[in-house]
Amino acid sequence: MPDRLDVLKTYKLFINGAFPRSESGRSMPLCAGKRVMAHLCKASRKDLRDAVEAARAAADKWAAATAYNRGQILYRMAEMMEGKRRELSEAVACVPAPASKSRRRAVSPEDEVTRSIDRLICFAGWADKYAQVLGCNNPVSGPFYNFTITEPTGVVAVITPDAPPLLGLITLLAPVLSAGNTAVVLAGGPNPIPAAVLGEVCATSDVPAGVVNILTCDRAELLKFVSGHRDIDAVHGANLSAPDATILREGVAENIKRVTIRADVNFIDADCDSARWIEPFVEMKTVWHPASV
Amino acid sequence: MSSGSTAAFRHLLNEIGSVDQVGIEERVAKYTTRSIKKAAKVQGLKLAVSMVDLTTLEGKDTPGKVASLCQKALAPHDGLDCPQVAAVCVYPAMVKHARRALGEDTAVRIASVATAFPSGQAPLRTRLAEVKAAVADGADEIDMVINRGAFLAGEFQEMQDEIAAVVQACGAATLKVILEVSELETYDNIRAASFLAMRVIRPGDFIKTSTGKTSLNATLGNNQVMIEAIRDFYLETGTPIAMKPAGGIRTAKQALQFLIAVKETLGDAWLNNTRYRFGASSLLNDLLRQLEKEKTGAYQAPYYFSRAAESY
Repeated sequence: MPDRLDVLKTYKLFINGAFPRSESGRSMPLCAGKRVMAHLCKASRKDLRDAVEAARAAADKWAAATAYNRGQILYRMAEMMEGKRRELSEAVACVPAPASKSRRRAVSPEDEVTRSIDRLICFAGWADKYAQVLGCNNPVSGPFYNFTITEPTGVVAVITPDAPPLLGLITLLAPVLSAGNTAVVLAGGPNPIPAAVLGEVCATSDVPAGVVNILTCDRAELLKFVSGHRDIDAVHGANLSAPDATILREGVAENIKRVTIRADVNFIDADCDSARWIEPFVEMKTVWHPASV
Repeated sequence: MSSGSTAAFRHLLNEIGSVDQVGIEERVAKYTTRSIKKAAKVQGLKLAVSMVDLTTLEGKDTPGKVASLCQKALAPHDGLDCPQVAAVCVYPAMVKHARRALGEDTAVRIASVATAFPSGQAPLRTRLAEVKAAVADGADEIDMVINRGAFLAGEFQEMQDEIAAVVQACGAATLKVILEVSELETYDNIRAASFLAMRVIRPGDFIKTSTGKTSLNATLGNNQVMIEAIRDFYLETGTPIAMKPAGGIRTAKQALQFLIAVKETLGDAWLNNTRYRFGASSLLNDLLRQLEKEKTGAYQAPYYFSRAAESY
C-alpha cells in the first residue's frame, strides 16, 4: 500500500449531546514541549452559555431519574471507557505530565485510565446509596417523624485540574452526576484531550443529552463567566491556582452559588471514593411529618 | 384547491404577483446572520418588549391568572428600565377581568380573540355576536380568524364579506385578521389571502400570521411574505396596514431577527407598536432576561423572572 495520509481526529466541544465547534470559530494548539500535538476548540463564553442552557434543560429529568437508573448509566459510561482504553491512555500520554514537585507516586497513562474507570464504577455504585449515608432520621421532641433527605443542587460547573488530566476530571465529575446534577465541564490545563475523548464516551453510553457538557478552553478566560453566571448552582474544582480560586470565590459573592475548591488532592487516594465527595452537591431537605402519639 | 377556484385564484395572482419561494427563504436566511450588539441590542430588546401582545389563550385560564398576566403587562420586571407591553390578549370571557385588572386609563390595550377562535367554524351571526360582546366588555382590539374553508374553496367574496362584517362589528376597536398560515399551505396562498384581507380592513388594522394553535406558526418566511404584501399594498394604495406574527417566537434572538426583517422591508415607520406586534407568551421573559444580562453583564437564570409567564 502506498504511503497513506494520516486521518486525524478533530477534537470538538460536547454540548447537549452534539459535537459542535466553538461558536467563536477559535482553536488552540496543544503543545508538548515545542511540538504541536493537536488543535482543540477553544470555547468562548457563548459556548459556556449554550452549555448551561443545555444542562439546565436536562436537569429536571436527570434529577427525577431513579437512583438505580443513574447508577446503571454511569456504569455504562465506565464500560465504554473500558472499550476506549487505548485511545484514552494515548490521549493522557499525549502531553507528558509535568515534573511533580511532591513525592507523589507517578502514575502511568494506562494506570490512570484504569483508576478512572474504577472511580466511575465506584460512584455508579454510590448513586443509590449516598442518600442513605447523607440523609437521616432526626430525633425530635414532639409528635413528629422528622427526617432529612437529599436533593440534587442543579447545574454544576466542573473545573478540571492541570493534572492528572483524566483521573482528575472523572473524580470531580462522577460525584456530581451520581447525585443527580447536570454538569458543565471546563477542561483547561496542559492536556484537555482526554476530556474531549470523554465526550465521545458520554455520547455512546445512554447519558441523556445535556447532562454532561464538555468545553475545552483556556480556563483563566472563562472562570469569571462561570462565577458570574446566575444559572450555575455550584462549582467543583480541585488543585486550582490561587488566582483562579480567587476569581471564582469573588465572583460568586454576588450570586451565592456553592463553591467547592479542594486543595492538595492526591487523586489516587482511596479517600476520593468517599460519599463526602457527593455531599457538597446535594441540598438537604428536612421534613416534619405529624406522627400519631 | 378545487378546479372551480383555479381561475379566480390565477386571476388574483396575476394582479398581485406570485411569491418566489426560494428567493424568500434565501432572503430570510440572511436576517439570521446580522450582528446586533450592545446599545443597538438593548434598543431592539426594549422595542420588542413594547410590541408584545402578552397572550394567554387556554381552556384553563382563570380570572386570577388573567389578573397576574395584566400585572406583568403593566410592570414587566422590577429594577429594569423597560417599557410596558403593547397589549394583553385573552379570550372574550376574560376581557372584563382584564379590564378590571388594568383599569380604565392605561396604555396597555386589551386584545380579544373572537369569531370562534381558533377554527372560525361557527355561523357568521354567532361570530359577530362574539365580537360585539368582547367590544362591549372593553376590548380595544379584536383578533379574528378568516374563513380558511371559503378561501381554499375559492370563495374569495364570501371570505371578504365576512371580514367586512367583522370590521363593522368592531366599531372603534382595532381589528387583527388571522390568516392561519399553516392551513394555507403555500406562500402564494398567504400572499393572496393577505391582499384579500387588506382590501377590506381599515388603515391601522392588522394582518396576523397564526392562532398559535397549530403545529406551524410564525416563521421568518411567512412573516416576510406578509410584510412584502403590506409593502406592495402600501406602495399601490398608500394605506398602511400593520402586522402581527404570533406563535413560536420564544427567544429574544428570534424577536430581533423579525425586527430586522421589518426594518429592512418596511422601514422605520413600522418599527413601533401601532404597526408591528408580537403575539407571544414566553417571549417576554426571555427579552427581560437578555435586558438584565446587558445591564449586569452576568448571564441570568430564568427563575429570577416571574415564573407564571412560563405557563401563560
